[in-house]
Amino acid sequence: TSTHFSLPSLQSIFSLSPIVFRAVTYHVFKALKKKMGLPLMMERSSNNNNVVELSRVAVSDTHGEDSPYFAGWKAYDENPYEESHNPSGVIQMGLAENQVSFDLLESYLAKKNPEVSMWGSKGAPGFRENALFQDYHGLKSFRQAMASFMQQIRGGKARFDPDRIVLTAGATAANELLTFILADPNDALLVPTPYYPGFDRDLRWRTGVRIVPIHCDSSNHFQITPEALEQAYQTARDANIRVRGVLITNPSNPLGATVQKKVLEDLLDFCVRMNIHLVSDEIYSGSVFHASEFTSVAEIVENIDDVSVKERVHIVYSLSKDLGLPGFRVGTIYSYNDNVVRTARRMSSFTLVSSQTQHMLASMLSDEEFTEKYIRINRERLRRRYETIVEGLKKAGIECLKGNAGLFCWMNLGFLLDTKTKQGELELWDVILKELKLNISPGSSCHCSEYGWFRVCFANMSEKTLEIALERIHEFMDRRRGF
Amino acid sequence: MTRTEPNRSSKSESENSGGGGGGTTAMRVIVPLQGVVQGRGGLFLGSVIPCAFFYFLQFYLKRNRKNEPDSGEPIPNPDSDSASPDPTRSQSVGNLTELASLPRSLSRILLSPRLSGGAASVSGRASCVIKGGDSPYHVGQKRVEEDPYDESGNPDGVIELGSAHTTKMDWVSEDPGEAISDGLCMSGIASYEPCHGLIELKTAVAGFMSEATKNSVSFDPSQLVLTSGAASAIEILSFCLADSGNAFLVPTPCSPGYDRDVKWRTGVDLIHVPCRSADNFNISMLVLDRGFYLAKKRGVKIRGVIISNPWNPTGTLLTRENLYALLDFARERNIHIISNEVFAGSVHEEGGEFVSMAEIVDTEENVDRERVHIIYDLSKDLSFPGLRTAAIYSFNESVLSASRKLTTLSPVSSPTQHLLISAISSPKFVQRFVKTNRERLMRVYTELVKGLKELGIECTRSSGGFFCWVDMRGFMSSYSEKGEIELWNKLLNIGKINVIPGSCCHCIEPGWFRLCFSNLSETDVPVVMNRIRKVCETCKS
Repeated sequence: TSTHFSLPSLQSIFSLSPIVFRAVTYHVFKALKKKMGLPLMMERSSNNNNVVELSRVAVSDTHGEDSPYFAGWKAYDENPYEESHNPSGVIQMGLAENQVSFDLLESYLAKKNPEVSMWGSKGAPGFRENALFQDYHGLKSFRQAMASFMQQIRGGKARFDPDRIVLTAGATAANELLTFILADPNDALLVPTPYYPGFDRDLRWRTGVRIVPIHCDSSNHFQITPEALEQAYQTARDANIRVRGVLITNPSNPLGATVQKKVLEDLLDFCVRMNIHLVSDEIYSGSVFHASEFTSVAEIVENIDDVSVKERVHIVYSLSKDLGLPGFRVGTIYSYNDNVVRTARRMSSFTLVSSQTQHMLASMLSDEEFTEKYIRINRERLRRRYETIVEGLKKAGIECLKGNAGLFCWMNLGFLLDTKTKQGELELWDVILKELKLNISPGSSCHCSEYGWFRVCFANMSEKTLEIALERIHEFMDRRRGF
Repeated sequence: MTRTEPNRSSKSESENSGGGGGGTTAMRVIVPLQGVVQGRGGLFLGSVIPCAFFYFLQFYLKRNRKNEPDSGEPIPNPDSDSASPDPTRSQSVGNLTELASLPRSLSRILLSPRLSGGAASVSGRASCVIKGGDSPYHVGQKRVEEDPYDESGNPDGVIELGSAHTTKMDWVSEDPGEAISDGLCMSGIASYEPCHGLIELKTAVAGFMSEATKNSVSFDPSQLVLTSGAASAIEILSFCLADSGNAFLVPTPCSPGYDRDVKWRTGVDLIHVPCRSADNFNISMLVLDRGFYLAKKRGVKIRGVIISNPWNPTGTLLTRENLYALLDFARERNIHIISNEVFAGSVHEEGGEFVSMAEIVDTEENVDRERVHIIYDLSKDLSFPGLRTAAIYSFNESVLSASRKLTTLSPVSSPTQHLLISAISSPKFVQRFVKTNRERLMRVYTELVKGLKELGIECTRSSGGFFCWVDMRGFMSSYSEKGEIELWNKLLNIGKINVIPGSCCHCIEPGWFRLCFSNLSETDVPVVMNRIRKVCETCKS
C-alpha cells in the first residue's frame, strides 16, 4: 500500500505548495527566459558591471558596409594606385565619381572673383548673412538656380518650380527622407534589380522599411517588364507586406542605361492602379551621353493635369555626380505633392545644406551660359570615355551592356565563372582585386539575379589610368586564354 | 495515522472520479491523477504544466506581435490621414492656436490598393509632422517671417525672441574673412571625404570644447563625430541608444526641439520629469526616480536621460554634485546619459563655472564612461548657425562606429569644413570672438533683467546660454495653460514679440516664458521693454 514514500501530510503540502509553486515557476521562468532570450520579467537590473546596451539599429549590420562593395574600397585605401609613386597599386573602379569635367569648374571659378566663389556675390561682408542663415526652406536664389539647372538638363522639356524643391545634404539623405515620409516601418518599396548597394542602407536602416526586388534579367537588357512588376507586388502581398511605392533610378545605377519612355509610362500606370508612389532617382540625369535619349518622369507628368496622378511622383536629384561635387553634399527632393514637400522641408532640419555651400553654388548654377556649356562638354567627354572602355573591353573579348548614361559600364564576365553562383562570382571578384589590382563592384552586391555581371567605373580617373586598367585586363584575358 | 487518512480519502475520491470508465482505461486515468493528488512528483508537474502552458501562450503571442510593426509608437491607422493628436499638448492649446489647413477630404479617401484614382497616402510619421505645425513654436515663427522687425525699415514688426534664429548681426565687428587666409582650392574639397568630419576639423573642434571648459578636460578628436546640426546629433544618438518604443527621461522645462529631434523619426518617446519653481527648477533625484519607476510600471523601458548644461531654457549651470548624482542614477539603472552642452561656450555670468560631463567621468572606470554622450554645437558658440556643424562626443566605441556610419545621412559639407578649419584654427580670432560674444551676452542679459524687474517681472538666474526664463504668472488671466496661451497671444499680437510659452517646453507650471536675447543688441532692449509694458498694462486693466 505504501508505494509512495512518506511525505508530510496533505495539509502541510498545501500550505507548502505556494512556496514550492513560486520557487518552481521562478526557476522555470529563468531557464526559459535564458533559452529564448525574451524579457518576460521586469527585473531590476543589478549593478554587476553590466555593460550598458545599445539599440538594435546601432548593432545591426543593415548599414551594409560589410558587403564586397565597400570591402573593395578598403583594399583601395590601403594600397591606392598612383601614377608615379605606386604604379602597381589598386585602381579604384568601384567609386562612381565624375572627375572628367573638373577643369571646367575650376576655370569658371578662377575667372570670377575667388572671393565670390567662397562667400557668394557679396564677398566677405556677405559672410555674416551667410553664416546666420539657417532657414530650412533654403536660399531662394539657390533653389531657383537648382530648378533652372534641372530644367536645362532635361532640355527644357519639363518645368521645375523652385518652391517645390527641398534641399537635403546629399541624395543619400533625400532617399532616406522620402522613405520616412512615404512608408511606415515594415512596409515595402519595390526596387528593380540590379540596384545601387547603398539603397540597402539608405532605404532600410533607420526607417525599418523593406525592399522587395523587381527582378530584371539580361534577356531584355534589364528593363522592367510589367510581369516582373506584378510578380514583385504579388510577392509582397503574399508575405503580408504593404507596398508603398516603386523606386527607380533613371538613368540606372549600375546598368548605365536610361529607362525607356514606354517603361516609365507603364510604371506610372501601375502606380496609379495600385495607389502607390513613384520615386525617380535621377541623380545621373546630367550624365546621359545623348540628351535625346533621356526621358525624365517629370516630362511625362508635365502634360498630366490630374492631380491625383501627379501627387504620387517624386524626383531625387543631386549635384554630386553631374557636377562632380560629392563633397559638397547637395541633394534635392522635388515633389508634386504639397504634403510631401511640407513634411520633407521640416524633416530636412536633420540634414540641411550649409548656407555657405548654397551661396557658393547659387551664382554658378544660375549662370545659364556656363551651365549649358558645362552640360554639353561633360556629356561629350563621358561618351568618349565610355566608348574607350567598351572598345578596350571588346578587344579583350568582354561584352558590356549597351549603355547610354552614367559614370560606369555594366560588364559581363559570366563566361569566366567556374560556377554560375554567388560564390563563383565573389571568387572571380577576389581574383580581379588581388591579381589585377582593380576594384570593381560585383553584381551580387547590387542584388543582380544573374551572376557574372560587374560594374566598372571609368570617370573617376585620368585617361592614362584608364589605359593602364585596360592593359591589365588584356593581360589577364590573354593569360586565361593561354591556359 | 493522520498522514494516511487524508490520503485514503482522496484516493477514494479519485477512484470514484475515474471509476466511470472500463477497467484498464480507468486505471490509466486514475494512476496519474493519483500521482497528482498524492503529491508524488505530481505537485511539481501540477505546477509546472499550467505554468508552461501559460508561458508558451505568452511566447506565441509575443512572436506574433513581433511580426507586426513595432507597437511602441502610436502608429496611426494608415487608412486615414488624420494621425493621433500630439499627446504632449493639451486640448486647450490645440483649440486656441490656428489649425493647420490640411485638406480634410483626404482623410476620407479609402486607401485600399485596388481603388484607382485615390490619393496615395503618406506614412504615419509624416502625418504627425504635418499635424505638429500648429504649435505656438511654429505659429510664432511664421509671424516673424511674415512681419520681421527691422530697426529702420519696419519698427512695428514682430521681434523674434523665441529662438536663436538670428537674421541680423550688426554687432559682429570682427570680420572672420581676414582669419581665412588661404583661398579654397576646389580640387581639394570637391571629392568624397569622410562624412563624419575631417580630422583637422575634429581637432579644432576638440580644442574649442576644451576651451569652453577652461581646459580642465582635454577632448580626444578621434572620439568626435561631426554632423550637420545639433538636431541631427540628437537624432543619431536617439537611434543608437534606444529602440522604437523605448523612452528617454527628460527633466522639464526642456528644449522644445526635443519633441522633433528625438521623437519624429525614431519612434523613441520622451518621459517628462517636472521640475518646480520652488526648487528653482533644479533637478531632483527623487522626482527623476519616480519618473523612472512610473515608466517601468507602464512597461516602458527607459534607455537614458537627456540633460542640457547650461540648461535650456532656464540657463542654469549644473553643479558637480548634480552631475555626480546623475551619474550614480544612470549607473544604478544601467542607462545612458546624453548631455546637451551646446551652450558650453556661452557662459556669460561673471565667475560662472561650467562643468562638463566629460570631466565627471574622467576619473571613472570604463563602464561608466561608456554611458555618457555629449553633444556640442559649433554654430552656437561661433554664431554660425548657417554652417551646420555639430559634434557628438562619446567614450563608447560602438556608438561612435554606428554614428560614423549614420553621418552619411547628415554630413557636413566639405567646403564648410575647410572654411571652419581655417577660421577656428586661428586661436587669436577664436579667443577674441568668443570673449566679445560673452561680454555682449552679459551686457544684454543684465539690461534685460533690469528692465523686466522694473516691470515687476522676475526671471531665474541664467548663467549661460541665450535664454531668459521669465515668470509672468502675475499677468495671466487664469492660472492654467489656457491663460498662458492667452498671454502668449497677447504678447504676439499686441506686443508684437514672439516668445516661447512654457507649455512648448513642457513646463508643468503655467506662466513661464522663454526669451532668447542672443540676437538683441543693447539698443533693442528698451524697445522690447516698451512692448512688454504695453502688454502688461492691458493685462492689469
